[in-house]
Amino acid sequence: MQKQVISKLTEELLVAEEKLTPVEPLSTRYPELSVRDSYEIQLEWVERKLDEGRVVIGKKVGLTSKAMQNMLGVDEPDYGHLLDHMKVDSGSVLSKKDFIKPKAEAEIGFILKEDLRGPNVTYVDVLMATEAIVPALEIIDSRIVDWKIQLVDTVADNGSSARAVVGKPFFEMDQIDLRTLSMTLLKNGEVTATGAGAAALGHPAHAVAWLANKLADYNISLKAGELILPGALSAAIDVDSGDEVTASFGKLGSVTISFRD
Amino acid sequence: MTVTNQSKVEVVDYLLRAESDVKEVVKITDQYPDLSIEEAYDLQKQLIERRMEKTNTKRLGIKLGLTSKAKQEMMGVHEAIYGYLLSDMLALEWEPLQQHRLIHPKAEPEIAFIMGEDLSGEHVKASDVMRAAKFVAAAIEVIDSRYKDFRFTLPDVVADNCSSAKLILGSKMVKPDDLDLASIGMVMSKNGEMATTGAGSAVLGHPAEAVAWAVQKLAQRGEGLKKGDIVLSGALSEAVAFDMDDTIVAQFEGLGSVTLSSRYVK
Repeated sequence: MQKQVISKLTEELLVAEEKLTPVEPLSTRYPELSVRDSYEIQLEWVERKLDEGRVVIGKKVGLTSKAMQNMLGVDEPDYGHLLDHMKVDSGSVLSKKDFIKPKAEAEIGFILKEDLRGPNVTYVDVLMATEAIVPALEIIDSRIVDWKIQLVDTVADNGSSARAVVGKPFFEMDQIDLRTLSMTLLKNGEVTATGAGAAALGHPAHAVAWLANKLADYNISLKAGELILPGALSAAIDVDSGDEVTASFGKLGSVTISFRD
Repeated sequence: MTVTNQSKVEVVDYLLRAESDVKEVVKITDQYPDLSIEEAYDLQKQLIERRMEKTNTKRLGIKLGLTSKAKQEMMGVHEAIYGYLLSDMLALEWEPLQQHRLIHPKAEPEIAFIMGEDLSGEHVKASDVMRAAKFVAAAIEVIDSRYKDFRFTLPDVVADNCSSAKLILGSKMVKPDDLDLASIGMVMSKNGEMATTGAGSAVLGHPAEAVAWAVQKLAQRGEGLKKGDIVLSGALSEAVAFDMDDTIVAQFEGLGSVTLSSRYVK
């Protein structure tokens, strides 16, 4: 794909996010767009954000469940960047007006204390490099109209990331079995979805290891201090103004976000 | 010296090929009956270096073998043995093992130590191991001797990296001090039927004793444990053979369970 097309699509997505005006799928307009091309769009998008003074605070892994992979006809996850303005504390209130069609996903966040550089990073390496885990809700919001996304669309759109809502860090890694750690997702007090840690690629730390190894292809490492969201533990739920969403993770604690007009 | 440098290269090639071709071979002491244990460890070291280069993997840790009195008596020896674990040996509970990549595998229930710091020295004790380990976890080690019918002498098995093939960890990571590791009970089942039972004390009286022994032994060769190493401390019961479509579950008191399933994956 030509550099100028990459730049044009990056610009489109930046405007779509800023003006909250979604664009038609890139995949239908540019059928020749490869996954590699769409990561180039994402990286250029990040560069543009850094030029505006934003800072990368971490990464997210998406498409970690078999259900989502089957839906998009892919057999591996994707990833996106988390920037400083996306981070929101648990208990905050967001305005629905700042989003297009937002959805919420519950995740077990990892805060790293050591760099992780692939290849050959194992999930045990990830556990050893982890400072704390944190209850998290990812707010995703596609800049593609009506979420009509293929893999290349969501990759170019930074994994559809919008916000990362984080609760209190939990440091006692020996007190948690990350495969069987429970997740209950509540919307306005009602149980909407449940899951367990294993929903993220078998083990959430395995999803982080996947990311570290994948980024090695681009000579990028995961950095100490970064927040890594390793993938949703259930299907995403739609959110609207007036909604309060809570994800509760047993011993790990919970995280809440509310939406107003 | 019973084995020349030239023939060492050939022996290493022979064992590496047996692994990659998934084909059992005649034991090396048939050709080199005077092979000493020390020479066998030299061969193991060369084999590991070549294996890491060939498959682009890194060190994952250490495993112990012959940690029970019964096994030592069977082999007519008085000490344990060790081999190396590499990153591509780490199998996952949530992905079936590829049976066609293994010759005649057996499962052994073990307690794994995950090291929080480096540990080396000829005088290291079990208490040092407990301090340096960050976590312990339930584990199944898959051993797969490259030798015909799993028959070998001590130098043979040492040169063959102590039959190492795969390992699977349970997902519950516990601080070593939170459990009395010697008194952990273990039951291993195959396809829902009880296969073996044992206790942590089967491993040289206490799994940390076995790890301390390994550290002392490694020190004689100028080596030690590294931060992040996974150490498989030895089997809590005899090994159980498995074939495709078998599922093996090992349950450990206080450490939860670990599951292995094997499939024929094309």
